[in-house]
Amino acid sequence: MARTMKAAIPDRSADAEVDVSMTVNGEAVSRSVSVRMLLSDFLRHELGLTGTHVGCEHGVCGCCTVLLNGRAGRSCLTLAVQANGYDIRTIESVAAADGTLHPVQQAFKECHGLQCGYCTPGMVMNIVARFEEPGKLDLSDEGIRDLLSGNLCRCTGYLNIIAAVRRAAELLGRA
Amino acid sequence: MSTRQFGARVERNVDPKLLRGEGAFVDDIPLPDALHVAFLRSPHGRAQIVSIDTSAAKRHPGVAAVFTSDDIGALDVEMPLLIPHPSMKNPKTQRPLARGDVYYVGQTVAMVVAVDRYTAEDAAALIEVEYAPLSLEMDLAKALTDDAPLVHADVPNNLAAHFIQTSGDPDDAFARAEHVTKITVQVDRSTAAPMECRAVAARWDAVSGELTVWDGTQAPISVRGGLASVFELDEDKVRVIAPDVGGGFGQKVLLFYPDELLVPMAAMRLGRPVKYIEDRRENFLGSSQERTQIHTIELAALRTGEVIGLRDFFLHDTGAFIPYGIAVAQVASTSIAGPYRIPNIFVEFKAVYTPTVQVTPYRGCGRPQACFAIERAMDQLAEELGLDRFEIRRRNLIAENQFPYERDGLLFADGLKVTLDSGQYGKALAMAAAELGAENFAAEQAKARAEGRYLGLGLACYVEGTGLGPYEGGHVKIHPITGKVYVNTGLSTQGQGHDTVFAQIVADQLGVSPQDVIVVEGDTKAFDWGVATFASRAAVVSGNAIHKTALTVRKKVIEAAANMLDVDPDQIELRDSAAWVKGSNRFAPLAAIATASNPLRYAFNKAAQAATQFAPASKHDGPPLADGQAPGLEATDYYSPSRSTWAYGVHGAIIEVDPGLCTVKIRKYVCIHDCGNMINPMIVEGQVLGGIAQGIGGALYEHLDYQADGNLANASLMDFLVPYATEIPNVSILHLETPTPLNPLGVKGVGEAGCIAVGAVVASGVEDALRPFGALKFHQVPLSPNMISHALEQVGY
Repeated sequence: MARTMKAAIPDRSADAEVDVSMTVNGEAVSRSVSVRMLLSDFLRHELGLTGTHVGCEHGVCGCCTVLLNGRAGRSCLTLAVQANGYDIRTIESVAAADGTLHPVQQAFKECHGLQCGYCTPGMVMNIVARFEEPGKLDLSDEGIRDLLSGNLCRCTGYLNIIAAVRRAAELLGRA
Repeated sequence: MSTRQFGARVERNVDPKLLRGEGAFVDDIPLPDALHVAFLRSPHGRAQIVSIDTSAAKRHPGVAAVFTSDDIGALDVEMPLLIPHPSMKNPKTQRPLARGDVYYVGQTVAMVVAVDRYTAEDAAALIEVEYAPLSLEMDLAKALTDDAPLVHADVPNNLAAHFIQTSGDPDDAFARAEHVTKITVQVDRSTAAPMECRAVAARWDAVSGELTVWDGTQAPISVRGGLASVFELDEDKVRVIAPDVGGGFGQKVLLFYPDELLVPMAAMRLGRPVKYIEDRRENFLGSSQERTQIHTIELAALRTGEVIGLRDFFLHDTGAFIPYGIAVAQVASTSIAGPYRIPNIFVEFKAVYTPTVQVTPYRGCGRPQACFAIERAMDQLAEELGLDRFEIRRRNLIAENQFPYERDGLLFADGLKVTLDSGQYGKALAMAAAELGAENFAAEQAKARAEGRYLGLGLACYVEGTGLGPYEGGHVKIHPITGKVYVNTGLSTQGQGHDTVFAQIVADQLGVSPQDVIVVEGDTKAFDWGVATFASRAAVVSGNAIHKTALTVRKKVIEAAANMLDVDPDQIELRDSAAWVKGSNRFAPLAAIATASNPLRYAFNKAAQAATQFAPASKHDGPPLADGQAPGLEATDYYSPSRSTWAYGVHGAIIEVDPGLCTVKIRKYVCIHDCGNMINPMIVEGQVLGGIAQGIGGALYEHLDYQADGNLANASLMDFLVPYATEIPNVSILHLETPTPLNPLGVKGVGEAGCIAVGAVVASGVEDALRPFGALKFHQVPLSPNMISHALEQVGY
């Protein structure tokens, strides 16, 4: 293919922008972004934290789950500007700095709780949030299914994820 | 490392990366300055395009380009027919962008490229298209009638393909029959719904003339060949990478989807990286679906219950196009007799065009439909002959001493005669009965009924032809610095754990830990001979190719080590990443052997010093590499299966139906499964469980709700009900391991196994549960509460 003159291509949209500041995985970040930018896109494409996945963009699958001020939430149903001032935690913050897996992650590995791994970050964030809540965990079959009931997985058939939750409770001394 | 890795529950190498959020799915790969694509899609099932006006979209701030069929040059042709077959008279494939007509809701009409996806979608909404809607027929049977509206004007009766296969003498069998049973059953349309939708990104490097495409595909090498052909580039200048892929289940094996051609084209035209990330709605509207078949099946039986003949006629919905040929219908038609002897078979199908997105394989690929037909028919036959459902199957299963069992006249998807190669079918059935507690179930059922609870036992057997050719390859290389083993094959992985099972195969031959075997696939620059990941074939075809290659490298290691350690080769054993002189402490690490096998000029570490020209051990009686000798410890080899190998299994369940709420609850689910030797039972179970969950979706929930006007009413995960953890019961899996005689590892495929039997099990169990209300029939899946309600109304409940 012959080399052709570089086309004149626009580099920005006409969207209005807004300044947002938040804490992400312990670090303060400030950016000027489109007023309609989703939090999921902000995390993934502005900050490069691509561990948060997007599976449906309508809040059903749970792939995009992150912690907002400690509570699990859908980053695909949240605008970046709505998260202004929040403390956000993503999957990238869960393992230790040297890469050692968090007990929830370790349990997923031991129990073969993931296959393609696309839904996994959202699953892990949801489970971590629940484990960080005080009080007794309901580790019955029904209790764990309820815990997982906001996250879709198309590969595993869930049973190994249920086992992983139980194993994580053991590893964390919550069993 | 003396423990055998083949057969062990080895945790997966890939997991830490995925668990930490360090996976690299297509949209995770940073592409500075990338532009983003949105498509304008047809809102009509069938219409003529009167005019398209893109001027407002082109003017929209942030838009780089807008393309219609007029703007894509040589790409404006029908995309390839991947699998030609003489049963198709006038096979139709789609153009990347519609020209003149649209054939289904969701078909791509125009493509916008803009600075971000938000802007691209805004601009797509500014494109004005005037359509002249045409009449259409969504019903399969009606679509075949003479006065039905046509999907393609030059395809009479919407008949896409017509095919008949015969084995034995079915007419004679029906003439001899003492009892004939006949039913019509239907499986509805569903979709793979992988958690990651499809995704394509491309970068054109005008300086090197190289096109790099990241594609969440199951078939990177095939996509590479296609792109090189379409863009008239040398294959070496096209690199296709399928990075981490978030599930596929067959949907991602089709090539080409329009975006797979248009995104690279846009990157080449605009000189900027371009990305298309399919959203969930588009995945429902524009990516392949499967399953709708209506079978009318007859069984010719003796009074003993022995089935001597089978006739099946079915309609197969292929959507508006047939790019993957008749594969789905052919697999269904050749799987129709299941694990039963049934020596006389007549099977005929008609593939029908409907104004819907194309049908190509989705996990199961016709097998769930065939299983539903034969298993529901066997249940009905048992009932009519007054036989137990286990007993009628027992009397018809192929016995162990009857393998290989051939079905003359039935050609499987590999073009070869169906030959069931091995199995312990009877034992599997007995294990299912035991695990279900079938013997005591009648008492349990009676007791429950007395308490006003309705329990039923569901049962189904299945077979699965796996490991389709033509071939795959393996490349194995021991790295001279680290001693780690690099392995390549031509597949891509969507979560099946290739990197671990292939590592286990190699680890056994080279005496290394599976964690020290690094498998790289899904990149045409890493290995570019092969086909794709589909048809439960990775472990069979690539697994055996890699095994063969590892044997060659093992031989090279042993010979080189014997040389270095000055002993006979039979005195060498490989373990702990080293070659040892048996019964001694003398050893050479694999890294050192690999280094020594590569004559060096430059020494970059201690082991390398020994391999340089002036080192004392250096060879001086001829060239450093003898004629025909290659440096290093490396080999490439291929495996091409002689024919498919057939896995099988028996599923059963105890099901509770609430006749008031019309709900179905699976109380217990049992799976007896045999895929030959298991490389990693943990991963096998994962595959089976995932398949069962998809099967439960297809049995009870997942129904694509097409309206009479061609619109899909539930194109979202809010309305199309993929099961959550709350819908999936506990499952007990028991394994049999009958090695296939067809390949060195004795393995059969497992990818699709889990989903095949579930619909038949559920329908069988619901019928059994509701027997006190009368002989209610459930011949369609997904089996909805409405169907139960309707059936109960029929009997006045």
